[in-house]
Amino acid sequence: MKETRYIFAIKEAMEEEMDRDENVFLIGEDVGLAGGSFGASKGLYEKFGPERVVDTPISELGFTSLAAGAASCGLRPIVEIMFMDFVTCAMDSIVNQIAKMRYMFGNQYTVPVVVRMPEGGGLNAGPQHSQCLEAWFAHVPGLKVVMAATPHDVKGLLKASIRDDNPVIFIENKTLHAMKGMAAEADEDVVLPLGKADVKLQGSDVTIVTASRMVHESLKAARILEQEGISAEVVDLMTIQPWDRKTVFDSVAKTHRLVVAHEAVKQFGFGAEIAAAAAEEILDELDAPVMRVGAPFAPASYSLEKYYVPSADDVVSAVKSTLERTL
Amino acid sequence: MLTGFYTMMVRIRKVEENLMEVFSRGEIPGFLHVSIGQEAAPAAVCAHLNANDCISTTHRGHGWAVAKGIEIRRAMAELFGKREGFCLGRSGSMHLADAGIGIMGANGIVGGGIPIAAGAAFAAQYKKTDHVAVATFGEGATGEGAFHEAMNFAAIRRLPMVFVCENNGWAEFSPKSVHMPVESVTSRALAYDIPAVSVSNKVVEIYEAAGEAVRRARKGKGPSLLEIRCDRWYGHYVGDAQKYRGKEKVEEAMAKDCIADFEAELIKGKVLRRKDLDRIRAEVSAEVEDAVNFARQCTYPDVSEMLEGLYV
Repeated sequence: MKETRYIFAIKEAMEEEMDRDENVFLIGEDVGLAGGSFGASKGLYEKFGPERVVDTPISELGFTSLAAGAASCGLRPIVEIMFMDFVTCAMDSIVNQIAKMRYMFGNQYTVPVVVRMPEGGGLNAGPQHSQCLEAWFAHVPGLKVVMAATPHDVKGLLKASIRDDNPVIFIENKTLHAMKGMAAEADEDVVLPLGKADVKLQGSDVTIVTASRMVHESLKAARILEQEGISAEVVDLMTIQPWDRKTVFDSVAKTHRLVVAHEAVKQFGFGAEIAAAAAEEILDELDAPVMRVGAPFAPASYSLEKYYVPSADDVVSAVKSTLERTL
Repeated sequence: MLTGFYTMMVRIRKVEENLMEVFSRGEIPGFLHVSIGQEAAPAAVCAHLNANDCISTTHRGHGWAVAKGIEIRRAMAELFGKREGFCLGRSGSMHLADAGIGIMGANGIVGGGIPIAAGAAFAAQYKKTDHVAVATFGEGATGEGAFHEAMNFAAIRRLPMVFVCENNGWAEFSPKSVHMPVESVTSRALAYDIPAVSVSNKVVEIYEAAGEAVRRARKGKGPSLLEIRCDRWYGHYVGDAQKYRGKEKVEEAMAKDCIADFEAELIKGKVLRRKDLDRIRAEVSAEVEDAVNFARQCTYPDVSEMLEGLYV
């Protein structure tokens, strides 16, 4: 293990996988000569050349579908979408093509495409550069959706996603790019399993299910709550689709209270799915209504962002709310 | 070779005539889009391709799948929605695919397959093979961003591919005047510095032009665009009365028959005699009828197979 930053861990994961498998290549806007808009591929162009680190025109649909075609011919593309908001231009490619190619064509193809993109607010970048759209993709059969919260996780999950034979929507977070933390070295080759949640903090009074940046807000909330004698368990889903029901339900069976926290708009976010699944399957374990934390139902405001993006305080309020109530 | 063209064109037409019949009888569900009148292009272009070369096709793509060499029995089973079909009965007409011979799938999204074919060309270049990819589409698809994005990228990276546009003058229910400001799709290729030619619906003419484009791609000299000016006999889908088009225009289109014209040339050039043509048609009819009967006898997938293979 060594200390690194989240953004470097992304680069290391790609580099190690490209070293390991010559069919892995990176494609996207500014990924080559410029080293990536956020620097995620710095040095890869110099090391692997323009054949494997492919700069593209500004055409998300074109290069994402191109990756689908290349993947069905045996390559393993990593597609970088500069901001998650821009993936909307590639929705045909992801939803109609990549997600369906295997099933629709009777399992004749495998389409191991990883589409990486950073989501979230925090940069005052406004309505078209701050969205969290993971729930859209989690709603589409055929895709896996991964969200990473720490340098260690982003590296291990990205390596797993590249090796997975299914298409993976890999969601990073812009505010985490500079985050320092420990991550595995190349020779350790740590590959984290997809579909497996990680209990980031053990607790006994309430379960907070979360992902990406909100893992850190939830941990902060847990520290605040601890001072008031409330013990929160923080479960980082890491994979949104398929999500780890067992870890979540086991935790709820212990705490009997559930809060789901994500940065995305609260309505129809992944929190709704988890709350509904808990109601359907483990209602008898719940002592209080499930609470959700998410952004208001509005676009991210340039000037009001700090009030828009959910914080530790919102998680604290949701936890207190569920503790005050009974079913 | 000329006999081969003729046989293939007749095979495509017989397949689609049979499909129209079974579709009208309610034996196959969903939508059916036929390419009758446009058989020359797939027969000519695919004559330059082998099993390692990939093609992407369209909702009107039966002809391309047949010309690329799909096994008619299993293709028919797929259209009947049967388990023995290439796609386990999941695709039907609109997504027919055979990965084994590079048929990357018909696409229900207009233009959707064009950048996917570019991806196959990218893979061929990446792996340093001499394989080529062919994107097939109608002129209606050239209004889609997917077409332009694929052309742009293919030109920049000199991808080994051919863009083949069957310009039949109709984008679903709208005539060219509504959806294209230029007369020919070749004008669109100019913007990307991609060499482009437009040819009539004559199989030999298409074969020669396609040969040059495929050779160019195989030699690593980059993409080309080939436009075939053809006519769509039937409507957008089988059952479309084409009221928007008018009876006269439909009759005018049907008077132009690439197969009948080619028959006349073959007889005039003494390549084949009338009885040879009759024999070929009879043989192909028997082959297609056998495929229909095979498909009828195949089995529907079971509902328990619904989720099978969704993930690897």
